[in-house]
Amino acid sequence: MNQPVIRRPLWLSVLLYAILIIASIIVLFPIYTAFNISLLSDSELASYPPKLFPFGFHFENFARALEQAPLARYLANSVIQSLLVMFGQLITATLAAYAFAFINFKWKNVLFLVFLATMMIPWEATIIPNYLLVRKLGWTDTFQGLAVPFMATGFGTFLLRQFFLKIPKELHDAAIIDGASDLRFLTTVVLPLGRPALGTLAVYSFLQTYNQYLWPLLITNQPTMRTVQIGIALLQDEERFMFNTVMAGVVIILIPTIILFIFSNRQLIRGLTAGAVKG
Amino acid sequence: MSTSKIETNRDTSPPVGERPRVTSGMRKRAALTFGRAMLFLAPSLILFITFVFVPLVRTISLSTYLTDPIGRPAKFVAFLQYERLFSTPAFVNSMTRSIQFVLYTVPTLIILALALAALGNLRMRGISIFRIIFSITIAVSGATASLMFLYLYHPSIGAINYFISLLGFPTVPWLISDKTALIAVAITSVWLQLGLNTVILIAAMQGIPEELYESAMIDGAGSWHRFRHITLPMLSSTIFFLVVVDMLASFQTFTPIDILTNGGPLDSTNLLVFSIYREFYFNGKYGLAAAQSVMLFLIMLVLTIFQFTVVERRVFYE
Repeated sequence: MNQPVIRRPLWLSVLLYAILIIASIIVLFPIYTAFNISLLSDSELASYPPKLFPFGFHFENFARALEQAPLARYLANSVIQSLLVMFGQLITATLAAYAFAFINFKWKNVLFLVFLATMMIPWEATIIPNYLLVRKLGWTDTFQGLAVPFMATGFGTFLLRQFFLKIPKELHDAAIIDGASDLRFLTTVVLPLGRPALGTLAVYSFLQTYNQYLWPLLITNQPTMRTVQIGIALLQDEERFMFNTVMAGVVIILIPTIILFIFSNRQLIRGLTAGAVKG
Repeated sequence: MSTSKIETNRDTSPPVGERPRVTSGMRKRAALTFGRAMLFLAPSLILFITFVFVPLVRTISLSTYLTDPIGRPAKFVAFLQYERLFSTPAFVNSMTRSIQFVLYTVPTLIILALALAALGNLRMRGISIFRIIFSITIAVSGATASLMFLYLYHPSIGAINYFISLLGFPTVPWLISDKTALIAVAITSVWLQLGLNTVILIAAMQGIPEELYESAMIDGAGSWHRFRHITLPMLSSTIFFLVVVDMLASFQTFTPIDILTNGGPLDSTNLLVFSIYREFYFNGKYGLAAAQSVMLFLIMLVLTIFQFTVVERRVFYE
């Protein structure tokens, strides 16, 4: 990861830093824009040329976003949904990955392929029957409806299995001969050793669920059950909210994920690249 | 372990195929192990069956029926929905627009991500900060990104047209015209996917053996030469992987369309998933939407098989 810094002539270093900074500005510009607009007053927002710097720092937009729209409630719904999915996936994927890594059973390869196959079926292709099922169960506008369909994960099982395979099998065999149950071996040996991979899956599934859009759009109708991504999009549809209030909302819901991303950067990237890069 | 335990377990587990040379003890053991493994797999399997496999089968069966307005199959019509699909200009438009969208986004994404990854792979002080910046869009949701671009594209107060007019060019009616709306959605989508693509390419670049570059340096190869003749070939399998992943993501695009254009103007951004959503959720045409879902599934299947046969073989070959 940390390769040595190469010695370069000064002019080249300056040029490369300039290119890096320009690229960063372009990549960050939409996010910067959201922060900037969220701090403009109504009249500054409507002025031309557009204000590119928020000299006034009008924090009242944030108060407006939180008070006049139930943004706090949306935020709580999203966090609850994401935590439910996260813990659900951690439990189901850990159990399944344990079986695939430590137990030799009939049809193991076939069943593993079944798990992998779930990754190739786009969620959108099954969304109509799932919507009908959840409606039939009376799960619309509930946390079950938001979370349960996503509580198993082929990707997560694959990720954890790869990690568990690195734990020596002799450790498992010795523990079983000593009379330990699978569950005991799992909780005392595998879980502590598997912490990095579990962390990766936790961050990944939280982020994915928090950022979901289509499914919560379909199955939540009551304002009290809306998730934050739907809530913010609906805010924009309402005439009484101007861009500065909407952007204050965007900033509020963006901050948790950006902080999570910066602090768990390495773990998350290891997970994201697991399927793409060998080794 | 007591024999009685094995006996009770055997009663509840499915019978194992009879093979004369296997002793009954071995069979019991195998059945016991299988039962033990199934306890661990059951939570995942039950969820997959309920929310993935059965719905997939139901999507296919639903596509062969006419349905009532709340989605119950009413009359078996075999392939009528598919005949309808291919004879309605709306679906043909939706397919061609989806393909057009893939052609806009995928090459742009790969080229930009390669450029950012090359920058992010420079060995300079503070480069890890730039890596985080280049990958930050991983943390940004489709909804928030779309709202940012909704402002950026705004005809009178948006920043993009302001910059264009500063440069002395005529402004662009981004979301208002059917000629530019798909491009506007594509730009949003590219920005959103850029972080993931860059991260994967940076990781792949770091996996290239150092000796290759060292021997090229000794031979006097310049940095462009090294990028063109070492980095790019060594990245080919990762780039193929990204092409497939990005194509899959492009075919599934929904959020930016719902927020930026609502499928318009003149259906110019009515891509496949948005069309499915509109047909069943607003028009109550569940059968027709199911047929479109099956088309989406088939596209995914072809792309995934392509990836496994062509791309994975290349990875192995290298």
